[in-house]
Amino acid sequence: MSDNPTPGDRADRTPSEGEDVCVIGAGPAGALIAHRLSATGHDVVILEAGPRFDPARRIEQMEDALRPAHSRPDIWDMGGPRDAFTSSGDRHYPLNFTRVKGVGGSTLHWQGMVMRLHERDFAVESRDGVAVDWPIGYEELRPYYAEAERALGVAGASDNPFEPPREHSHPMPAFEPSHSDSIVAEACEALGITTHSVPNARNSEPYDDRSACVGYGTCQPVCPSGAKYDATSHVEKAEAAGARVIDRVPVQRLEHDATAERVTAAVYATPDGETYRQEAREFVLAAGGVETPRLLLLSESPQYPDGLANSSGLVGRYFHEHLFAGTSGVIDRETRQHHVGFNTTESHQFYDDPAAGTDQGIPAADADADGLGAIKLEFRNYAGPSPVQAALTDGEWGDELRERVADRYGNHLTVGALIEQTPRRENRVALDPSTTDDHGNPVPKIHWELDDRTRRTLRRANAIQEAILAELDAEITWQIGPENAGPAFHHMGTTRMGTDPEASVVDERLRTHDLTNLWLAGSSVFPTGGAMNPTLTIAALSLRAADHIAEAL
Amino acid sequence: MTHELTRRDAIAALSAVGASLAGCVAPSTDSDDQADDEADSTLSDHDHETLTAAAEVLYPDDVTEIEPFVERYTTGQTVDRPEHARGIADAVTYLDEYCRAWYDADFAALSAADRDEALRRMDADDADPNPDGSDVERLRYYVINDLLLALYASPTGGELVGIENPPGHPGGLASYQRGPEP
Repeated sequence: MSDNPTPGDRADRTPSEGEDVCVIGAGPAGALIAHRLSATGHDVVILEAGPRFDPARRIEQMEDALRPAHSRPDIWDMGGPRDAFTSSGDRHYPLNFTRVKGVGGSTLHWQGMVMRLHERDFAVESRDGVAVDWPIGYEELRPYYAEAERALGVAGASDNPFEPPREHSHPMPAFEPSHSDSIVAEACEALGITTHSVPNARNSEPYDDRSACVGYGTCQPVCPSGAKYDATSHVEKAEAAGARVIDRVPVQRLEHDATAERVTAAVYATPDGETYRQEAREFVLAAGGVETPRLLLLSESPQYPDGLANSSGLVGRYFHEHLFAGTSGVIDRETRQHHVGFNTTESHQFYDDPAAGTDQGIPAADADADGLGAIKLEFRNYAGPSPVQAALTDGEWGDELRERVADRYGNHLTVGALIEQTPRRENRVALDPSTTDDHGNPVPKIHWELDDRTRRTLRRANAIQEAILAELDAEITWQIGPENAGPAFHHMGTTRMGTDPEASVVDERLRTHDLTNLWLAGSSVFPTGGAMNPTLTIAALSLRAADHIAEAL
Repeated sequence: MTHELTRRDAIAALSAVGASLAGCVAPSTDSDDQADDEADSTLSDHDHETLTAAAEVLYPDDVTEIEPFVERYTTGQTVDRPEHARGIADAVTYLDEYCRAWYDADFAALSAADRDEALRRMDADDADPNPDGSDVERLRYYVINDLLLALYASPTGGELVGIENPPGHPGGLASYQRGPEP
């Protein structure tokens, strides 16, 4: 934990001289930018709030993840005074389940699904009259998507008739479909729903000096084999190219010059209680969709009384997520779940046009064009209880336990979905001065509520899911919908991108409108989020921003 | 039909939990040469006997070759993890104290029926597994759940309940694609 320094950790955490770029945050956005800039000869220092985790402990972490005694935040040492937060709004936001602080960031615990946004995602306002358009379109991001797929290592197939145009096939072949995919494919075919492969940031064959997946089945939250991409890969590449990484140094505030146009230093705290100033020519803030706006708000000054780079008043505003909708059931067939921890089939059929029905049994939704957001259907390979977890939580043992676990395992199916959440100004990350972290800073306060459009979309997803399971004569065991849907752990929108300085925080290059050498990278810049897992888009935007930063150097 | 626990099961379970494979990030699913079963255990012979005696109660009746499996597994699991070894040893001490009070003998010396009864009498079946909890909660964590994890994250243990590549076992990418055996 952050308040329990590693014994014998005597790393030099004093600042570097003469740095071109200071990157704050060693997750995928910061790592990719740091690597790209250091590889082209720039001097880069990365400041990371969390630790550098020991890769030799990954198997032990996996054990902990399998054991009911350890909750999800424990696995990557989240929680405690460093990570304190408050949640307001009509549903609790479980912040420390959603993120990891450390070298690699939240890719350490992510699922690893990497889809490109669809063209409609860049123009939801033009198309549906809700939210805002992005200042860039798919075509501008398209070459960077291809680069991002190569950088992360994506296993995929060009079998998705709904995805936007692509110029290259994925760097690795897709994972083969699962046995349960063949079951849901029958039902989907009968209903007129097209299914296709899932692009995974997970090696289907050796790639980039990492092994192919060996089937541990615990991808989320720990991949012990290294087959799943995480951003330690690009942190290490950046270091090999000359970048310096300082871990366990939460940045306390950013300072600017007298003109209030340039950031001059990142002030950070070390585990032994020292405070230092890291100077650089350019600053990249890539600390995730919660800590990025929080650090800006903490960096208030006479010139920026509402927070740095916050002339628009929108820093922290428009916080949005993806909702998870799911319907699960049991069928009278063996579904063979939990052999792997990732998905191999999904459907984007209800993404661009969620209200459309099929001739074979999915009724059209009774909603106007602006009445529904995007839906991405997922068919899980890990439905129902895991036999290991069932064994450890049952309470019985011996023959009785074996029978009970065998009864509980074997014929579950879950149809999941990511749901687009409409960004709303009221949803926000603010500071809570009534509670402070381990350095005396106000903690983030998350205000998160759902609007009617998002609720309608959840209902629509549930109806499609029910139809698929009904086609298989499934007995429904649970459903997650409008009343109980939770977040998919994707923090978006809190420093939105746009052309109008009064209506956005960063421009299309990801440079803040207010300060000429401050760049924000990560999903906080998404004006809208579609219903695709965001990391590939984070990566593509980051690579694009790195080119713009290089131009500024 | 009996289900014999093999060296491969112990090594597979070790790959789920084991210090002996720490740092070996992608063990081959077919090779069982990587685990260091020559390593010295930090547990005593009595600790091993007690864990085996517990496993005989916790595992289904037709599971065989329990003793070498438990020996190999617990040795590998504790060799680089002294804190975990202490947790196990402390739990064994508590178990023996409890059994001496109620049955006038160490746990390992009891009949299987008495071992089962002793664990239920102390509410180990209902206890939350907690490495920092009460004596029984720590017993649940360090002895019962350790042994159940060892079994049900191994291929043989998985097959007992219908999955040949259970979570925690690097069983490759073929089994998830296969349908059930006819």
